[in-house]
Amino acid sequence: MTMQNRTLIAFLAFMVIAIVAPFFLYPVYLMKILCFALFACAFNLLLGYGGLLSFGHAMFFGGASYFTGHIAKVWGWSPELAILAGTACAAVLGLVAGFIAIRRVGIYFAMVTLALAQMFFFFSLQAPFTGGEDGIQGIPRGHLFGIINMRNDMALYFFVLAIFTFGFLFIYRVIHSPFGQVLKAIRENEPRAISLGYKTDNYKLITFVISATFAGLAGATKAIVFQIASLTDVMWQMSGEVVLMTLVGGMGTIFGPIVGSVVIVTMQNYLAGFGEWVLIIQGVVFVIVVLAFRKGIVGELIAWYDRRERRKQAGEEVEIVHAPATAKAEHL
Amino acid sequence: MVSRKLLYGLSAIALMSATSAHAIDVKLGVLTDMSGLYADLTGQGSVWATRKAIEDFGAEEKGWNVEVVFADHQNRPDVGSTVVRQWFDTDDVDAVVDVPTSSVALAVNELTADRNKVFLVSGAATADLTGSACTPNTVHWTYDTWALANGTGRAIVETGGESWFFLTADYAFGHALERDTSAVVEEFGGQVLGTVRHPFPGTDFSSFILQAQGSGAQIIGLANAGGDTVNAVNTAAEFGIVQAGQNLAALLMFITDVHAIGLENAQGLIFTEAWYWDQNDVNREFAAEFAEANRGNKPTMIHAGVYSSVLHYLKAIEEVGSAEDGAAVVAAMKEIPTDDKLFGEGMIREDGRKIHDMYLFEVKAPDESTGDWDYYHQRAVIPADGAFRPLEDGGCEFVASAN
Repeated sequence: MTMQNRTLIAFLAFMVIAIVAPFFLYPVYLMKILCFALFACAFNLLLGYGGLLSFGHAMFFGGASYFTGHIAKVWGWSPELAILAGTACAAVLGLVAGFIAIRRVGIYFAMVTLALAQMFFFFSLQAPFTGGEDGIQGIPRGHLFGIINMRNDMALYFFVLAIFTFGFLFIYRVIHSPFGQVLKAIRENEPRAISLGYKTDNYKLITFVISATFAGLAGATKAIVFQIASLTDVMWQMSGEVVLMTLVGGMGTIFGPIVGSVVIVTMQNYLAGFGEWVLIIQGVVFVIVVLAFRKGIVGELIAWYDRRERRKQAGEEVEIVHAPATAKAEHL
Repeated sequence: MVSRKLLYGLSAIALMSATSAHAIDVKLGVLTDMSGLYADLTGQGSVWATRKAIEDFGAEEKGWNVEVVFADHQNRPDVGSTVVRQWFDTDDVDAVVDVPTSSVALAVNELTADRNKVFLVSGAATADLTGSACTPNTVHWTYDTWALANGTGRAIVETGGESWFFLTADYAFGHALERDTSAVVEEFGGQVLGTVRHPFPGTDFSSFILQAQGSGAQIIGLANAGGDTVNAVNTAAEFGIVQAGQNLAALLMFITDVHAIGLENAQGLIFTEAWYWDQNDVNREFAAEFAEANRGNKPTMIHAGVYSSVLHYLKAIEEVGSAEDGAAVVAAMKEIPTDDKLFGEGMIREDGRKIHDMYLFEVKAPDESTGDWDYYHQRAVIPADGAFRPLEDGGCEFVASAN
């Protein structure tokens, strides 16, 4: 089976599950997963394919949720326009933050993004329209295109699923375009990409902005789903959480971020009774993943599948040449 | 987990009593702070008080199926609203109980009205719950910021504390308490010199206390609660604020806070509360039972409020015949006069405000205290008719439209 076929089958399976799931599970929980999955996918584009570890993505996620909340509640825009406007704000934030941050690499890049995100956190705490500790509460879900009542969880779920699918496919397209190839080249060896004539800063900046935009789309959608935009969304823990989701699921894989967000959100939901202990449990999970499955859940699955395929092929070759059994063992 | 056991037990009871004609199902969700700075004054104690009320109501004898679930909202409005949304949507919870932290309470308030359930507030303070944010599904039981301001603020201005500086927790509760207290101070001829807002929850209060010291105000008003108040009072003691001639006014204080600070630093503080465990024999008995189940702590007024609000809620359900229609149950709660062993006789006003006496207490000096948890002198009783904000001043919309 080729790589493309495998991805297609996985995607179709995901879509079937996503369409059937709300009839069995609590839709708001599923929408939370979708929002975080999109957030993690956007983050994965930057980390997994661009090799840039941003520690400030909460700024775009939470920023968009504040802007969307304000626009939907105070200006009374319909939800789709509020989400678009919030996403646009995240894109602008991404452009500014990216312009400053991509000038440095490695730990300095991470620290610059963290510093900018903390500045944004302070802004969110103090700006009059964000409501400080209270957040923006009671954001109306409104009517989609002025007709479909979004207070119905099912209607909202399929709207969120549509947003997620759009974001997911867009990011997939970016990764598999010539642009994505150059990006991977920069990740592997930046000086060589420069020597080949690529303006790597431009590539990095564009990727940063795309990542920020989709992180914003996720945050904007979350504000409409939960009807609240709060400091939790802009706190540095949120930036950490998305790193966790991406690593647990599998950095640099298409489906890894989705699996990671399912795992983390499910843990948060079903272990909520333990209160703040959830953080400690998350920490333990993180340590286990880093020590035992360094490629993440999906990464390890792919590696396992590839090993099996290779073994099968090797086995076939061995049978053809009638090699002794000891030669077979070497391939295991 | 205790709740799981209780759930099984109660479902067994439910099965047994399924044949009885008047079996009523009620599910209560206690949403509170289980691990943070308000955990002592609400927390598990509120869950205990809820169960105690169900027991004293005689739910089991009546063949009712009353369940209790609880959750920790970590003082974050987003966590609280997510939990409550799930309670309403998938767990069939009929009423949310307690909810300290005004920012969380306001989020829950909105959801409760939207789903036509019941919100029994004991822990949250903001007077907006029966004012600008009032709903026909909310009953605000124990106290509110207006009552605190009216009690403490007025008492202090009248005894000569005329210039004030506020140290305010930077969220809905702190803002409401500062607003209501400033109004009282100015009404009675006092003057507000300034205010500084600290993060919620705060950790280091030294710079804020220094600002308050620099303001030269006679009174430093602490518009915060729980762990924040404890920290602020202790920091003020380290800086020798009281020795230098300024006085602290703890605008909201609970017995657990006094216990945490210790009488040495807390003595002389004046504040307003709705209930004190050592007021009479009934209270003392309740406190003894509470202490047995809660590591020897005495109940706060919030625990007492949870008990009496749940009891009254169950009485109203008995009247209505079902817990389904939240607004109808709350309407019945307002119709029936309240009467229970902890708060005595009282009533719930149209806007959802429970009306009862409030008390002005002063913390005893260490040598006046005769035993564990013997901390308060009662200075005055604020009679019920003057203890809470007048109905017409609240700006509650559905009350105004009804008139």
